Amino acid sequence: MELVLALAIGALVASGVWLVMRPRSFQVIVGLCLLSYGVNLFIFSMGRLRTAAAPILDRGGEIDPAAYTDPIPQALVLTAIVIGFATTALFLVVLLASRGFSGTDHVDGKERDQ
Amino acid sequence: MTPEHLITAPILIPLVAGAIMLFYEDRQRRVKFVISLTACVAMFVIALELLIRSKGPSGGSQIGLYLLGDWPTPFGINLVLDRLSALMLVLSSALAIPALAYSYAGWHSRGQHFHSLFMFQLMGVNGAFLTGDLFNLFVFFEIMLAASYGLLLHGSGPERVRAGMQYIVMNLVASLFFLIGVSLIYGVAGTLNMADLAQKMPYLSGEDRPMIHAAMALLGIVFLVKAASWPLGMWLPSTYQSASPPAAAIFAILTKVGVYIILRLGFLAFAPGSGISAGFGAEVVLMGGLASMTFGTLGMLGSQSVGRMAGFSVLISSGTMLAVTGLALMGGGVQMLAGALYYMTVSTLGIAALFLLVELVDRGQGTIAAMLALSADLYGAPEDEPEETQRGITVPATMTVLSLCFAALAVLLAGLPPLGGFLGKVMMLSGMLQGGQGGSVASWIFMALLIVSGLATLIALLRIGVQTFWTSSEESGPNVLAIELAPIVALTGLVVLLTWEARPVMRYMEATASALHRPGVYIDGVLSAARTFDMKETVE
Repeated sequence: MELVLALAIGALVASGVWLVMRPRSFQVIVGLCLLSYGVNLFIFSMGRLRTAAAPILDRGGEIDPAAYTDPIPQALVLTAIVIGFATTALFLVVLLASRGFSGTDHVDGKERDQ
Repeated sequence: MTPEHLITAPILIPLVAGAIMLFYEDRQRRVKFVISLTACVAMFVIALELLIRSKGPSGGSQIGLYLLGDWPTPFGINLVLDRLSALMLVLSSALAIPALAYSYAGWHSRGQHFHSLFMFQLMGVNGAFLTGDLFNLFVFFEIMLAASYGLLLHGSGPERVRAGMQYIVMNLVASLFFLIGVSLIYGVAGTLNMADLAQKMPYLSGEDRPMIHAAMALLGIVFLVKAASWPLGMWLPSTYQSASPPAAAIFAILTKVGVYIILRLGFLAFAPGSGISAGFGAEVVLMGGLASMTFGTLGMLGSQSVGRMAGFSVLISSGTMLAVTGLALMGGGVQMLAGALYYMTVSTLGIAALFLLVELVDRGQGTIAAMLALSADLYGAPEDEPEETQRGITVPATMTVLSLCFAALAVLLAGLPPLGGFLGKVMMLSGMLQGGQGGSVASWIFMALLIVSGLATLIALLRIGVQTFWTSSEESGPNVLAIELAPIVALTGLVVLLTWEARPVMRYMEATASALHRPGVYIDGVLSAARTFDMKETVE
């Protein structure tokens, strides 16, 4: 499982980095999304990989902490997803505004060979 | 022991004020202005009160702690007030009032929700200064950045949108680095509380230490981006130049947020004499600071407009702070850091005033009017364009007042006597020569750069000043409203006041710097604090 997760994070981040370096604003935003997926998976893995373990304690009774997974990284991921979603949406608006002003989707607002 | 609810006020006041204003229609700008001005003044008063509290009864240093949700410290999230954060709170609210007042002259009507964005910006900044928890720091950072995106785009226009897009991409990528760093720290140390982390630092095992260092380095990249250290600060001059003046004035504090966190985390985790990791990353911060001072100096000489110069002076100011932080982390001494904190305070105020001044100076030359006409052309003219020139009181002898303020700011930023910039620089240099880093090569380079950057600032600003104020023109100067002039005069006055009252201010800075050098006070203050609810539970 570790290998699969590591490969997934690696693939997401690698393609994200490549796309962020591209000159078109749409590629940049897709790249940012992929990067944030990779990072979210990474945060998740920082709570150690466990299968079939709940993050939320049962009510009452004796609690064995070893039977549960760490809830904090999951809470962090949730926050990171929400914030990432909001900022990406905002970036999308700016991207459209830039397209409207400059008539091109180049990140500099003008084509290089014009 | 009663909980110090006042500590939450710098976050809650702008949150509530900003949220309330969302319910008002955007045309009711006067009401919104009154609400946000009240909020800013309240924040300023509370920040001053917190500043006094942070001195403690004996004039030493007292840690104020607020447990959100009343969970005990390593588990719950908390707000921590110490001398440094109180100082930054005062600085941010002292910048907010003039910037807000300036916007009343017209800028707040050139787009939507200016006041709410302004409030949320302050909320993020104040939260970043107060939080004692790394993940909460991320959240407040994002609030601050999201609001700054909105403020940067305020007024719209192609130039702002282009600069805004690059600024947003830069910061989104930096936020991802932030997340990686924070989660690595959690994965290795099992805590996100800064004080708890600092306490655990000396006891890390051999294989964990490189991981923590890597995580801290990733976080360092984020804060260096925010502090606009070279080569991560290329975005800054064009971004700040294209922002509207009130937004640019409040942005002057944003780079200082980066500097603040580097100071805070650096001295908590890597303070001189704190074990194996002491001084980690200090060279990078020092080199980054020196490089951005160089870059700022060259940019200052090369720029053609005051706006761009103001942007580069931000680079010089934060570069100086970073270099001193690096030297201090290597054991440079309390005195030098105290001088740097003083310099940071006065230069931030001065730069904010310069950003406000830029527009008024340019207005006399008609460039802003032309630019506005252009943006109105593209964006569609604002539906209710008021008769700008007839509202408010126009000031006689505008040019005289403006040129006096400009001269004072130039003297301040160049670090000439008699104003505060000079005092700060002298303190830094004398502290450095007496302190532990006196003879090193880096300290000589820093000394040279500090003096050369002052000279370059002076040359550049004088050149612009001569062109602007000493030309004989038939016009009687720009039409400037009292509400536009007052913030600039107030900021300049504040700088003069800080110079006049240098002794008590410097004493505060020295105690702040020495408190930073004793992270044990902060750590004990946070970790040993009792929960406020314990007593009640035993009664029940």
